Amino acid sequence: MTLWLFRRLLQAAVIVLAMSVIVFVGLHVIGDPVELLVSPEATQAERARIIASLGLDRPLWQQYLAFLTDAVQGNLGNSFVYNQPALSLVFSRMPATLELAFGAMLLAIFIGIPLGLYAGMRPNGALSRAIMLGSVLGFSLPTFWVGLVFIMFFSVQLGWLPSSGRGDTVRVLGIEWSFLTLDGLRHMALPVLNLALFKISMVLRLTRAGTQEVLAMDYVKFAHAKGLSPRRIILVHVLKNLLIPIVTIVGLEFGSLIAFAVVTESIFAWPGMGKLIIDSIYVLDRPVVVAYLMMVVMMFVIINLVVDLLYAAIDPRVRSGGRT
Amino acid sequence: MTAIEPTGTRPPAPPEPSRRREFVAAFFASYSATLGFVLVLLIVLAAIFAGVITPQDPYDPAQLSIMDSRLPPGEPSMEGFTYWLGTDDQGRDMVSAIIYGLRTSLMVGVGAAALACIIGTCLGLVAGYAGGRLDAAIMRLVDLFLSFPSILVAMMILAFLGSGIANVVIAIVAVEWAYYTRTVRGSAMIERRTEYIEAAEGLALPPRRVLFRHLFPNCLPPLIVIATMQVARAISVEATLSFLGLGVPITEPSLGLLVSNGYQYMLSGRYWISFYPGLALLITIVAINLMGDHLREIMNPRNQK
Repeated sequence: MTLWLFRRLLQAAVIVLAMSVIVFVGLHVIGDPVELLVSPEATQAERARIIASLGLDRPLWQQYLAFLTDAVQGNLGNSFVYNQPALSLVFSRMPATLELAFGAMLLAIFIGIPLGLYAGMRPNGALSRAIMLGSVLGFSLPTFWVGLVFIMFFSVQLGWLPSSGRGDTVRVLGIEWSFLTLDGLRHMALPVLNLALFKISMVLRLTRAGTQEVLAMDYVKFAHAKGLSPRRIILVHVLKNLLIPIVTIVGLEFGSLIAFAVVTESIFAWPGMGKLIIDSIYVLDRPVVVAYLMMVVMMFVIINLVVDLLYAAIDPRVRSGGRT
Repeated sequence: MTAIEPTGTRPPAPPEPSRRREFVAAFFASYSATLGFVLVLLIVLAAIFAGVITPQDPYDPAQLSIMDSRLPPGEPSMEGFTYWLGTDDQGRDMVSAIIYGLRTSLMVGVGAAALACIIGTCLGLVAGYAGGRLDAAIMRLVDLFLSFPSILVAMMILAFLGSGIANVVIAIVAVEWAYYTRTVRGSAMIERRTEYIEAAEGLALPPRRVLFRHLFPNCLPPLIVIATMQVARAISVEATLSFLGLGVPITEPSLGLLVSNGYQYMLSGRYWISFYPGLALLITIVAINLMGDHLREIMNPRNQK
């Protein structure tokens, strides 16, 4: 177990390291930082001075080591635009994105699972067919276009919900939150639904497939034979067995919600990390781009690591090195 | 030498003409797949003959008149034809803009998907056929790419390379190649244990010939299914990237960029500038997926008699 744990941690570290190389190479070799950082009107002497002060005259591996040492200490440079440390800038925008992602995850679970259960229990019903058709649309509709249609319909035509910004926020634990005020919740409604749509379809399909599988099991037939109420069979015998894998997958998808929040935040002008990175890419604010990418990659590696560790704790076959 | 077990369930040769006819019949037996096929055909024809069928060239400033800007759908133009889907802020006919946008979207989407298919298939064939360390290395890379969401990988590449058509293609290839590799490697691993591969090896044919003339044709069915789906996905990824402003340049707008350009007029109620390009995109994606869904059904060996 210790050896397995060690190897798994090493693997995670290698991925993060590899990503840091990719990001570094992307930043310093493909794009020319001198071009970006030095004004085109600068004299030759000024140029040389800036290059030296940034350490860009040193060999590449030395630059990489310097970048890595700084990165480990949480220093990824200052944002050119905001003139504050890039990493803390990204962190300051994180709660807004987390709010959206958590909201979307909850919607996916509380809408996807009941609909999936229903569709799995009555696979040939008219409503089930409608649900499945809806899930196909949820998969194929491009997120940005759905967001636009939401704005067109709910904000412009009906005037029910606001289309941009976070609304009123409340300060709790030193962080601004939207979901604690009514106005904030109204602002959250459309972006959260927009972000959740794809995941709702996914959870729905998984639940439906799982329900159909479980319903055919002997223990469900036995429960019927015992005369248990259908309600109890669904809630206890079927749902309980479905919940663990589905919640695991939703948890694993959390990282992708954060990544796809980029699109939703751009449409609804939601001031989260995603909007920040898109704006930063436009104005070539590279330290912020690097900080965002490194952080999201870290987040993915950690999510995958935690899931693996949990599985190892539950399933002894994983840690004994057996192939699954 | 171990006895060779008869496999029997799989045809050792690529589909022959009669099987092909059977396949075509099975494909058109489904209404939704036929609908998808007809739509895709119309869309492709419209994109190819964009210059002939559109009432104006939306990117020729001489043909645009600023007097006609932001007209709602159905208004007549100064030239006499009708703006069935309205005009944008430059006085551009939206029908023409959409058809030209469709051309860019299809070119980028199909081109990128094809490139990803070639790269992914070659890697998959090699991995599945060679096995061992090479296989492990390639599959490790596949797992790595598949563990990150497409939008993140694409964004990362465009953040470093900058926008532009070529870079969008690179980003889409980076997002998609791993799906092809995984699929092809799976079938290649099964096929390489069959007798016809053994026979080809017994004839001491060069590995390249075994790979591409013997192994490849028999890995085709799942590849065709996934390629169809991935074309739709490539179009969608390109549209998303262009919507975010990271994609194609403004001189050759794709559907995604058209949606993005019209977005600012949405709140003032001029929905058509951005709604209809999005609808065209949606119809394209759904039409391709309808075909793909049915292809998956008829090509699934479990569903065959």
